Amino acid sequence: MIARRTWVGVGLVAATLAGGVVFVGMRSGGAPSTALDLRGGLLYVDGSGRVRQGDRVGPACHRVDVAAGTLVCLRATALPDQAEVVVSDGSGERLRVTEWGLPSRARVSPTGRLVAWTVFRAGDSYLGGVGTFSTTAGIYDLASGDHYGSLEDFSLVLEGQPHTADDVNYWGVTFARDDVTFYATVRTGESTWLVRGDLRTRTLESVRRNVECPSLSPDGTRIAYKFRTGDTWRLHVLDLASGADVPLADPAHLDDQPQWLDDRTVAYGRDKAVWSVPADGTGSPILVQPDASSPAVPR
Amino acid sequence: MYVSTTRSADAGRPAGRSRHAVPATVVGLGVVSLITDMSAEMVTAVLPLYLVYGLGVGYLQLGAVDGLYTGASAVLRLAGGYLADRLGRPKAVALAGYGLSAVTKLGFPLAGSSLPLIGGLIGVDRAGKGVRTAPRDAMITLATPSEGLGRAFGVHRAMDTAGALLGPLLAFGLLTLLVGDYTAVFAVSFCLGVVAVVVLAVFVRQPAGTVARTRVGLGAGLMLLRGRGLRRTFLVAALLGLFTVGDMFLFVGVQQTAGLPSGALPLLPLATALSFMALATPVGRLADRLGRWRVFLLGHVVLLVAYVLLALALSGWVVAGLVLLAHGVFYACTDGVLMAHAAPLVPEALRATGLAIVQTGQAVARACGAVVFGAVAAGLALSPAFAVLAVALLVAVLVGGAVRS
Repeated sequence: MIARRTWVGVGLVAATLAGGVVFVGMRSGGAPSTALDLRGGLLYVDGSGRVRQGDRVGPACHRVDVAAGTLVCLRATALPDQAEVVVSDGSGERLRVTEWGLPSRARVSPTGRLVAWTVFRAGDSYLGGVGTFSTTAGIYDLASGDHYGSLEDFSLVLEGQPHTADDVNYWGVTFARDDVTFYATVRTGESTWLVRGDLRTRTLESVRRNVECPSLSPDGTRIAYKFRTGDTWRLHVLDLASGADVPLADPAHLDDQPQWLDDRTVAYGRDKAVWSVPADGTGSPILVQPDASSPAVPR
Repeated sequence: MYVSTTRSADAGRPAGRSRHAVPATVVGLGVVSLITDMSAEMVTAVLPLYLVYGLGVGYLQLGAVDGLYTGASAVLRLAGGYLADRLGRPKAVALAGYGLSAVTKLGFPLAGSSLPLIGGLIGVDRAGKGVRTAPRDAMITLATPSEGLGRAFGVHRAMDTAGALLGPLLAFGLLTLLVGDYTAVFAVSFCLGVVAVVVLAVFVRQPAGTVARTRVGLGAGLMLLRGRGLRRTFLVAALLGLFTVGDMFLFVGVQQTAGLPSGALPLLPLATALSFMALATPVGRLADRLGRWRVFLLGHVVLLVAYVLLALALSGWVVAGLVLLAHGVFYACTDGVLMAHAAPLVPEALRATGLAIVQTGQAVARACGAVVFGAVAAGLALSPAFAVLAVALLVAVLVGGAVRS
């Protein structure tokens, strides 16, 4: 005879498992994807991790960017520690690249020809203490099929000197209109630098210190970035020609690669919402979209 | 004469059978560990993603939360062991530990984006793990005749590792199916945690004879190290632990010296875990036959060979495979086998405390060793650092061999 205790145990296990299955079942079946307008209005990633554009619901992504009809979607996959870059245009999927790491940044060049991504890796350093991290940034040329797997393969010149240290980390690529020039952040030693890269010569050259996650304005004259003071970041805009640098009107700590809505306005994600602020340091932040991140504007 | 050997005969089944089958208590605890590890590893695997994309926490703060994971459970392991002996109820203490960890899974969605709360939850989860480990291992030793201890621990560790392998797959599968629904991952993790607690409470019998026990004082626990056998085990295990490189260093070493693409790095722990899982039981059985201390030392010799391969900087997938296989063999030879060796050296009344002391000594030494190796690797290159470590480990193994002969 089976003891009552056993029945109680079996009952409890069955009830717990059934509860779990019902809970998961209730949460499945999200909105089906609809076609996004890759030349239309603001895109963002909603709180549940889907790309949205007004009433339209796109694919599941952690970061999204769009330009000239090309959409890049960076997301974690069903395998632990793996990310994938999915590039699509009006006719469907163009490219899928698998990367090891967590999704961090994604960008498309203004012409839609180049895509870039940054993934974040923990535990990749020898003495990984608090606050240390490692990143890898890659670029893909959709026209030529060239795959620049990691900017660490490029040669780096810091203040005129070739730099060959092992501890370099790149992140936050942003493209100029010529599809050759790009900007990114490099960290080595205790310093971060804004670097200007050249895809043809595979070289990177430092422009200025303390510039993280650059984002080039549509007219190509200024760079919006986050400026680090201690453990907080604040948005700044740097004029490339004059070197003039202004803090924007949001003093709150934020961690994002900014996105230009137009030549006068910068958008960014902070506290699980998308905000915008004038690019000249005036005004005050405006809530663009609650429960959202990774803003992108088709141009 | 080992106390548990004499007692195993009156465990309510023919004594002859227990020599051949792994006791039901051990299988039960294995099932509990399998389910709990699935539950725990689900959360560990998705936590960075959850913090960054579910909560919008930056990478800078992520490192601070990450730091909480390590080292939080060492002291509580001692406390859990002592409490189990003091109350004479290892199952009750283990249940409290498993229950504590299960409940924290519900806390994650409720904690919102408060980093201190999330850090606190991780701390409580680790505390639960610390508290339950020693009483659980004590239960394994109390349920098993001493000649079968190696195999019993092998079966338990194999099941435990299987859970750790399945957890992340389940979590990322759910996240893909439900598109970034972290709450569902935490809910499923919680359900699994509850199932493990129910299985432990209802289906796993506390080994007979462990309830009626005189209460032990704190002094008795500390006196354990006065016994020559346990003291030597403790000291040699700690010495060897000091020269055991942290897992992550070894994986980075494999990836770099063998010239693998960096994307292969997260897959390397899987290879070690698979090798550990497959070999834990046969190696445990071998330890019962050859002698557990001998196999424990042998495991470190295998690890030493892995260090030499890394120091020689041979490249290629085959070398990487050999090193990872050796790493898994090392775990199979040392993790459960050390407990199987230590258990008979500790009187039953202080079993959980004694095992906790040995585990904690080894864990603390390994943590120190990782720091030392990090410094050496930063000073030299990676390959010479492994050569230095191989020499140090060889000396430690020789000391370990001399101590027992």
